[in-house]
Amino acid sequence: MQTHKAKRVEITIESVMEGRLTAALIKAGVTGFTVLPVLGGSGRSGQWSREGQVSRAGGMVSVVCIIRPERLDELLDAAFGVVERHIGVVTVTDCEVLRAERF
Amino acid sequence: MDGILALAADNLLSPIILFFALGLAAAFARSDLSIPEAVAKGLSIYLLFAIGFKGGASVAAHGIDATLVLSLVAGLILSFALPLIAFALLRAITRLSVTDAAAVAGHYGSISIVTFVAATSVATSVGLSPEGYMVAVAAVMEAPAILSALWIVARFGKSSAEMEDGLMREILLNGSIVLLVGSFLIGWITGDEGMALIAPFIVAPFQGVLCLFLLDMGLVAGRGLREARSVLTAGLFAFGVAMPLVGSAFGLVAGLLLGLSPGGVMLFMTLSASASYIAVPAAMRVALPEANPSVYLTLSLGVTFPFNLTLGIPIYLAVSRALTGG
Repeated sequence: MQTHKAKRVEITIESVMEGRLTAALIKAGVTGFTVLPVLGGSGRSGQWSREGQVSRAGGMVSVVCIIRPERLDELLDAAFGVVERHIGVVTVTDCEVLRAERF
Repeated sequence: MDGILALAADNLLSPIILFFALGLAAAFARSDLSIPEAVAKGLSIYLLFAIGFKGGASVAAHGIDATLVLSLVAGLILSFALPLIAFALLRAITRLSVTDAAAVAGHYGSISIVTFVAATSVATSVGLSPEGYMVAVAAVMEAPAILSALWIVARFGKSSAEMEDGLMREILLNGSIVLLVGSFLIGWITGDEGMALIAPFIVAPFQGVLCLFLLDMGLVAGRGLREARSVLTAGLFAFGVAMPLVGSAFGLVAGLLLGLSPGGVMLFMTLSASASYIAVPAAMRVALPEANPSVYLTLSLGVTFPFNLTLGIPIYLAVSRALTGG
């Protein structure tokens, strides 16, 4: 099976910033992404769980994008403008996709 | 004093408080008891819908007067002013940074709608009939405190506080406010006839739904306290208990000057005493991300909310009755 190289960018960010991040991604031409709920975790700000939250203020989401390698910098610039001052993690990993024309 | 203690004892043994205590105890004991997120959301939608509609129907029954407008203005002024008092108090008795203190202060100018719902329930259970438009006052008091908090940071802080495009729109159009104000207007428009149609849905089940919701709030508050107790210093704890009393004093003065009924004065005290844990934390995460959310969420949800629910509301009720002769 023919596969093609791509980049998988995963941005874990506070729920309240989700709309701002996805809007920035769309503005940068990234039209494909998946938003996943995060159940809990631990980091520099301490341990937290979705169960202990009464509002969106404390929750986190994970935004996953898969793009062509040459578009990575554009995406990261757009994402950084939103996540710079906020709690969160941005990771980039290599991956392979089956249908390159979709990315 | 005896009256306050008797009221407090009655309040502590009411189902809503006992369910809240059950949630707290379950969280402290690390029980796996939980209310599914979607159910909790549904319960809060029901409560906002019911309290808004009942408030609107009450205004339709009693008519509107200048006091309604003046109450809204007083609510706005209090919401802008209380964060300044809270900030001064925090800087005097805690070691919080300007940014953290401003973020906490913003919560104390805004309101907790669940505390308001619980206070309304207590007021009606003792035969008081608060002005229906207090629901509108509650809605008006949600957002101004956020602007005060951002102004404090801009004036006294080193970090930047941004009211970015769209944030005020998000705050003013957040789901809770839209549902509360919308239900209030529908209740007002449809009046007694509308009330008669849906009373079996929003009157009889109300207390039971409130019990379930407070069970969830107890679980959330208990888990929050368990996970963030390290941030809760003696000074912060003292603030979490003292600020509601200070705020309620301002609410008392406003209610008395406006000539509200005993129930109305009590609700004004409760609104001024309560602290937000939904709208303001979300706004602070966007506008003041440097502020520590553990501090403001633990204080408003883990200290002030239980205090108001158990001791605050009986105190506000007793003081209001004593000073209005109600």
